[in-house]
Amino acid sequence: MIDKKIVDIIESAGIDVVLSLPCNMLSGIMEEIDARGIKHVSVCREEEGIGIAAGVVLAGKRPMILMQNSGLGNCVNALMSLTTLYEMPLLIMMSHRGGEGEQISAQKPMGEAAPLVLDAMKIDHISIGEINELDGLKTDIDYAFDNNEILAIFLKRDLWHETN
Amino acid sequence: MKRIDIIKEVSKCEGLIVCNIGFPSRELYYISDRSENFYMLGSMGLASSIGLGLAMSQEERVYVIDGDGSILMNLGTLATIANNKADNLCLVIIDNKSYGSTGNQKTYTVGSTDLEAIARGAGNSDVVRVKNNNELSSALSRFINKSVVIIVEAEPGNENVPIIDLEPVKIKNRFMRRQVQ
Repeated sequence: MIDKKIVDIIESAGIDVVLSLPCNMLSGIMEEIDARGIKHVSVCREEEGIGIAAGVVLAGKRPMILMQNSGLGNCVNALMSLTTLYEMPLLIMMSHRGGEGEQISAQKPMGEAAPLVLDAMKIDHISIGEINELDGLKTDIDYAFDNNEILAIFLKRDLWHETN
Repeated sequence: MKRIDIIKEVSKCEGLIVCNIGFPSRELYYISDRSENFYMLGSMGLASSIGLGLAMSQEERVYVIDGDGSILMNLGTLATIANNKADNLCLVIIDNKSYGSTGNQKTYTVGSTDLEAIARGAGNSDVVRVKNNNELSSALSRFINKSVVIIVEAEPGNENVPIIDLEPVKIKNRFMRRQVQ
């Protein structure tokens, strides 16, 4: 249900290509993306995804990347010296790991640091923990693409628990 | 071959060019500046990825001018290219066995590393290694409708060419405008 709702937003925002890295929390979203036949390319590393996204933008299309927040650390330079430098738009959707209920201790340090890293890069970010917070997201995504900006969205674990 | 001669040969082809950061972009800018050129000014390693994204999102042929040092920084993309075949993508890896733009430090292709084997092992079926202008020009035309990786053996060294005096956003905007027209 929550996965369908998120993919509804992705579809209505006119996303042409979804780049992704694996994540347990995001697997339902990816299945839904494939079920609807939205172009979906899995990449080997987040930085590569930022490069492919730039190529998609150069063709006049709208890309997004789905990843864990830990992957943010793997693509900081590309987001700055490619996406930001050329003023290219991009939607980043991240599972926000490391919070309450996280079983993997390695997720905690980057989970805490990720929003601060985005602040340092002056990238707008929104954190979604409840289903009603998804309302209005399409407007935020449209704004980012219309203004050649990066928008990062954190999806919290609670979002799935709420509907289960 | 000298890198600038390789770039000259690729720039004769009809299509879009994504060019690697540093001297390769400066040399292309010097030889033939046109709005179909996307000059990378940062994000070393991502030329091949940008080229793939561009090739899969529109129909014109895309030439990526990459280097051995850059491709070694982003080997995963060779697998992504192999498994998401874009028949309009031509990846030219200029292998001069050195990091040319930072002072010609050696890369591992001077040792035992074989980029042709890596590209094939990543799953790319059309991979060729060329040594001179004739071989390069024939490879460029032979694979015109296919996804291909061309590895060109080159001498180390940079041409004495000026820096690119274009704003990054200008490089992007004029490249994108020509797509819309």
